[in-house]
Amino acid sequence: MKMTKRSQWALPYVIFLGLFVVLPLFLVLVYAFQDRSGAFTLGNFLKFFSTSEDLHTFVYSIEIAVITTLLCLLLGYPAAWILSNPTYNRSSITVILFILPMWINMLIRTLATVALFDFFSAPLGEGALIFGMVYNFLPFMIYPIYNILQKMDHSYIEAAQDLGANPRTVFQKVILPLSMPGVWSGILMVFMPTISTFAVAELLTMNKVKLFGTTIQENINNGMWNYGAALSLIMLVIIGLTTLISNEKGNNAEQGGLL
Amino acid sequence: MAKKIIDIRGVSKSFGGKTVLKDINLFINQGEFLTLLGPSGCGKTTLLRMIAGFLQPDEGSILLDGKELGDTPPHLRPLNTVFQRYALFPHLDVYDNIAFGLKLKGVPEDEIEKRVRKVLKLVVMSDYEDRDVETLSGGQQQRIAIARAIVNQPKVLLLDEPLAALDLKMRKDMQIELKEMHRKLGITFIYVTHDQEEALTLSDTIVVMNEGRIQQIGTPIDIYNEPVNAFVADFIGESNILNGTMIRDRRVSFIGHDFDCVDEGFGENTPVDVVVRPEDIYFTTEAAKTQFTATVKSCIFKGVHYEMFVDTDTGNELMIQDYDPYPVGSTVQLYIDPDDIQVMKKERTTNALEATVSGEGSIELLGGTFECNTAGYTAGDKVRVEIPFDAVDLQDDCDAGELTGEIHFILYKGDHYHLTVKIDGGGALYVDTNDIWDKGDLVGVKIPKKKIRIVGAL
Repeated sequence: MKMTKRSQWALPYVIFLGLFVVLPLFLVLVYAFQDRSGAFTLGNFLKFFSTSEDLHTFVYSIEIAVITTLLCLLLGYPAAWILSNPTYNRSSITVILFILPMWINMLIRTLATVALFDFFSAPLGEGALIFGMVYNFLPFMIYPIYNILQKMDHSYIEAAQDLGANPRTVFQKVILPLSMPGVWSGILMVFMPTISTFAVAELLTMNKVKLFGTTIQENINNGMWNYGAALSLIMLVIIGLTTLISNEKGNNAEQGGLL
Repeated sequence: MAKKIIDIRGVSKSFGGKTVLKDINLFINQGEFLTLLGPSGCGKTTLLRMIAGFLQPDEGSILLDGKELGDTPPHLRPLNTVFQRYALFPHLDVYDNIAFGLKLKGVPEDEIEKRVRKVLKLVVMSDYEDRDVETLSGGQQQRIAIARAIVNQPKVLLLDEPLAALDLKMRKDMQIELKEMHRKLGITFIYVTHDQEEALTLSDTIVVMNEGRIQQIGTPIDIYNEPVNAFVADFIGESNILNGTMIRDRRVSFIGHDFDCVDEGFGENTPVDVVVRPEDIYFTTEAAKTQFTATVKSCIFKGVHYEMFVDTDTGNELMIQDYDPYPVGSTVQLYIDPDDIQVMKKERTTNALEATVSGEGSIELLGGTFECNTAGYTAGDKVRVEIPFDAVDLQDDCDAGELTGEIHFILYKGDHYHLTVKIDGGGALYVDTNDIWDKGDLVGVKIPKKKIRIVGAL
């Protein structure tokens, strides 16, 4: 009798990946280049570039994603640095408190944010949107940076001091460059979901502000499968490019962050 | 005359109540290659880190060129360190790693380039400038780490076990190169290692440390030939450490025989420790030279020499190294030259401890309660007690004794073991035993009533 080859154990996963990842992506690709009758066309893309409203939403979504990512970085890096520094923080509980929001469903957190804005009678809109997104995604920025700072070999810092670097230079020349893989990982973790978000935006802006995710959802809900697929493909390309760039920047240290 | 470059005065340090360094006094001369040698946990790295400025002494001071360093941060000290794990910056290439310190000092670019090239040549790593440090082998990384430190022309170069991570062959090669570099540069080197052979090879001066104290300072030859105590003798090289008695000046008795020696001034009939190196016991066939006979118990080929264990006619075990093997079971005639017998003052001949009388017939000692004859004292009296080394009874079962402890240090004395037992809760007992224990064994301690002797009130 022949023994089962170990590679065959992978079969269930291969089937799963084929059915739920590869096939849908393939369908998106095919639909994006078809018209309603199934004939090959570039019309869907031409339509996107000629519809100023959709184009505007697209650029606006990227703007919001960039702003959110930058704010997360500005708030997250110092937080991660403080958390990883034994002089300021000796307890792992503080770290858990910072990461805790990640354990709660994003929709619940968003609804809570809406309730909070209502309570303070603050207007919902662009400001609320950015606040909510930063609040939602901040832990995803802190965690990979904290992770890499915490694992960083302390002797690098001592070596820099030994060679004449004052605390500021130690940070600029050693800690910051060595933590870049974590930073890129954090940027990716925040930028990717923010660019495609739609439910959060709808809740936090009372549908006043429209993001690209919503545009795709509307088109697909309204039966515009081909146009929706083309828009999804455009977004996938953007996300793919970001991933490529961060991998490029991040892989000089193999101890990356979350990804 | 040699000039003191570093002067360490009465430095002590403890971490969380545990004393790591105790009253260290040491000076280092300009241009010297000084090695801090000791087993792990002896405080040598702590001392080095204090000189570098990463740690502050609790007490005492460190002077550089006559000026107190105080709390000067590491980046303002004109010293550079070669770290144990190299600590080369992984985000910079070889050139930028070496230029790091010079760039911070604002040295002009063309001078930096000249100096980096020069040190790269010195460590035999020219043409490696653009290499990524992570693509280098351990030995190459070590060379870059040394180059990165010496390019700054420090007054003192600190080296923290720099060769510990290299394989044996590479380590030997680097030892020679380090020695050569020290000669060429003329910089003072302070070197930390636990490898006694490395220390003997490299140093001008060796500082042997144990348990946070300096045991001996001297040249490699002094330390090897004339260890001041049993710890140093045991730590440096192979040795036979034996109990002896100084009969009179130049005459010592051990392993049941009397020998001529060259030591004086111990007094008459004084108990001493005697050290004889295994290569200093000679075989002979002449009856006139023979001092004692022994039976060969084992004989192992060690490359250059044979290592033999023999049982003497008086029942002591000795280790002997010789170029010629002698068959196991054969009886051999042996002698030792007077020059090769090193006599050391015994640090202690009995356990002398402080205790409190806790009641009629019992005392409090090292945190335990023992039975003992307390005639003439009343409860609450503080007394001095003595317990002979061989009176302490060690038990496998920790609960079997009045005290518990851990075997901390083992010294083989030819016919018995001399153990240092660290008692839980502080203090130590010294024990002579024939039983074989391992370092780190947990033991219960019993002391028979009759053997505890109160010698006086405090």
